[in-house]
Order: sequence, then C-alpha cells, then structure tokens
Amino acid sequence: MFTELNSILNNTPDNCKLGEFVLIMDRKADASFLVHHFLSFYLRAGCKVCFLGLVQSFSHYSAVSQRLGVSLAQAKEKGQLVFLEGLKDCLGVLLPDGPKPDGPTLDFFRPQCLDLRGLFEFVLSSLSPPGGTGGEGDTGSGCASPPVLIVDDLSVLLSLGVSVGAVLDFAHYCKANICHELKGSSVMLVRCEEEEEEDEGDEEGSEMLQRGLMHQCTLALQVQGLPTGYCRDIHGQVDICWRGQGQQQQQNQKKVFQYKVQDKGASFFARGTSSAVL
Amino acid sequence: MSPDMRQMAKCHTFYLPEQSPDDSTPTSAMSEAYSSLLKSIQRVIHQQGFDGSAPQSKMRNVLRLGLHSLGSVLWGDDLFCRESPTHSHSLTTFLYALRALLRSSLSVAMVTVPSHLIQSRVLMGRITRLSDTAIALESFRGSEKETNPLYKDYHGLLQVHQVPHLNCLVCEVPDTKDLAFKLKRKQFTIERLHLPPDLSDTVSRVGKVELAAGCGSTATGNKHLDF
Repeated sequence: MFTELNSILNNTPDNCKLGEFVLIMDRKADASFLVHHFLSFYLRAGCKVCFLGLVQSFSHYSAVSQRLGVSLAQAKEKGQLVFLEGLKDCLGVLLPDGPKPDGPTLDFFRPQCLDLRGLFEFVLSSLSPPGGTGGEGDTGSGCASPPVLIVDDLSVLLSLGVSVGAVLDFAHYCKANICHELKGSSVMLVRCEEEEEEDEGDEEGSEMLQRGLMHQCTLALQVQGLPTGYCRDIHGQVDICWRGQGQQQQQNQKKVFQYKVQDKGASFFARGTSSAVL
Repeated sequence: MSPDMRQMAKCHTFYLPEQSPDDSTPTSAMSEAYSSLLKSIQRVIHQQGFDGSAPQSKMRNVLRLGLHSLGSVLWGDDLFCRESPTHSHSLTTFLYALRALLRSSLSVAMVTVPSHLIQSRVLMGRITRLSDTAIALESFRGSEKETNPLYKDYHGLLQVHQVPHLNCLVCEVPDTKDLAFKLKRKQFTIERLHLPPDLSDTVSRVGKVELAAGCGSTATGNKHLDF
C-alpha cells in the first residue's frame, strides 16, 4: 500500500473506514497501480477480500503484492482472500473442448447471458460470514473480518458483450449488500476511453457506466495523463473526490494531486511540486 | 532473414478459406472465423508443448504468433465497415481469449489491426486495453506532413500508445514518446524526433559545448534548437 495515499485518504490499516464504495477511473492513463494499493491495504487491515481479477493473471498480482509486502498465496491459503482468475477460467467457456466450469459464475462469457447474477452470487457467497448473517455474534462494525470486494476491471465486461445496464445493476447490488448490509467496502476500477461524441452508441459506452457509478460511489479517484503531454517524472494526475453520504450530508470535497509510480510504491504530491521540477 | 534460417524455423499456418466449417458451438461469443482461429492456436500450443503439457524437444522455446489485419473483412468481420456490425463484440472477445491463452503458455503474439478503418475511438480504446503493448504507425505519404521540413528525413511517426508492465507496478519508462521511422531498402529505422524537455533531477546544468555534443546524435531538426 502507498503510505502517502493513506494519509491523503485519511485511512490506515489499523483503523480502516468501512461502508465505502470506492470508484477508480482512468482516462489516457493506467490506474491499475491503485488497485494494487487497495488490495494490499485491505489485506493488511485483516479484511476478507474477494478479488475479481479479470484482466491479469494471479501471478501478476502476486508478484506486485510481494513488492508491497503482502503475500497473496498465503492470504489465499488462510482463506482471507478469494480470487477469481477470469483469464484462466474463461477458456473453459470460450473453447469447446475446455474444462467446463460448474456454476453460473462465468455465464457472462456466454452471448445469451443478459446479466451478472451468477457473478454476484459468487461474490456474495465468498464474502458472507459463515452460518448466515445471523451467526457469529454481531454483524456490522463488530464483525472481525469486514468484507471487501475489489474488481479489476469493470469495463472489460463491456468488451465481452455485457450491457452497461447489467454492469450498473451488478455494482448496485454489490453496494447494497456488501457496503450497507455487511458493512464492508467495495473498490471498482473503470477504464474510460477518450471523450465520446454524442452520436456514438450510448448503450455501449463506458462513459455512461462511469456516470452511473459516480452517483453510487462515496469516494472517486480519477486518474488521467497530464494535459501537457507525456512526462517521464510525472506520470499523471489524480482527482480525489469525496462524495457526501446520504445521512451525513457532507459537502463534496475535492483534491488534486500529481503522482509518479515507482517500483515499490507511488508518490503523490501537490501540482507543481514534483522533485524533478523544484 | 537468410533462407536457411527460414527453412529451419518450424512454422504453422492458419488460412481461413481452407478451414472446414465448424458445426459445433453455434452459440459461441465469437464469430466462426475467430473461434476456429482460437482453436487452432490452442491446438498448436498444446501439441507442441508450449503450455507445459508435454516436454519440449531440444531447447525450451517460445511460440511466436503473428495475426495480420484482425477485424478486417479478411476474417469475415464487418466490424470496421458497418455502423452496426453483426458481431460487435466478436473481436474483443477473441482478443480476451487470446490474452488468456498467452498468459497460460510460453507464447507471444503480434497482432495488426487496420486502425485507419475504425471510426469508433471507443472500440480502438478497448482493443488497446486488451493488449499489453500498443504502437501505431502513421505514414506521412499523402498527408500534408510529407512536405513539412521537420519530417523530411522520415517516412512516418511511430506512436507508443501503451507499454506493458507485467508482474511489476511500472516498467522502464522511455525518455520520450516522439519517435519517427524511416524505410530503407533493407532496413527499418526508428529514431527520436525531438529533444524532449528534460525535467529529470539527474540532469546537470551543462555548458554549451557539452549540450551541443549531446544533440549531435539525435535528429537533424535540432539544429534550430542549438542556442
């Protein structure tokens, strides 16, 4: 996890905030480094994590997490981490002679599938406390292992033919069940293309997905490249937006930082204060 | 490439018109062409042991795949020639499945896509995100850049849209992404186009003589920047 980002977000593994729906978006940049941050953060915080790794192999996340000081293999063995490896499992559905997967989790790879119900059931069964919601003493803030869902990334589902409506429904169900009922958190990455023109197929656009999720989220991190172009020492800019939750009616707060991703972390600094510039 | 090297290399080909029509899996998420291409690739990977299923003879090697003009009508795909294509997600699903095959075997793939035919930036963005590395070649021929004195020594621009970072947070970042290429009879050269603004804190404020020497190896256009 990135310590500078923890202080910006005012969050530590020892006392991590729950009930958050974090949305990570990127445009002309790659925000996947933030996914690694949240994965190692929540594992260190002792949360039960369900990770939907749809775009990279398990060994990729494992190698990066190792550099950040967390062992995914160990977490998986302990039962703290449930990992869905989309790339590995998809071939069973997409190739006729592959091993057929049991259960409806990967049904979204089939063209007839209209929703992500199977995937949602998988997430819920991974994160629900054993013995149902009534067991294990108190649910809610007293729960020993608060559940966290991390998705990398949601927009690849659009490339696989899932409709924007189905993805928004999935996100909504996750928020309602994981963030509100189970008092956990969700982190989702959405990758946007360049500005879409008005007449391009709106139903297919990740722009519409991004707008829908912005309404649902409690914290949004928008990553983009520098408007002045490519720079070796400043990789881009992050716009952090805290969205007030319904009950609290906080004012939306917004902060902008520039960042540079390094081998074992990322540094964040106010605009114009990169060490390369000063 | 020398003829001997070409003859020694083990080569498998896939020619779509020669493939027998597949009567199974009519409900596949991909078109028939991509489906049979994927099966063919998987067969080669499995039979030649690139997925670790069988011990490879002699030395361990990497399977190199070359897929040309994906998405074009050569593959029976109308993605780039119609506003509402028949299988709008066929290509992207194929690229996802190809990524899965490559990740689980000792293979690499080089795919070309006729991006000049794509109207939709959304689709181009999705294709780029489904790859690890993405580069674009922009030719000067036929455009106003052909007569621009800055570009007179080159035939086109090479744009790096995406660099891979597998198993790490960040890979080696290039100094500049302004690259141009030139074609000679037997050579394809790529050079830096401009001297980039150097914001690195490792650069020292050198004297004029050293700076001029540093410029000598880059494009001739820099004469104008010598001050």
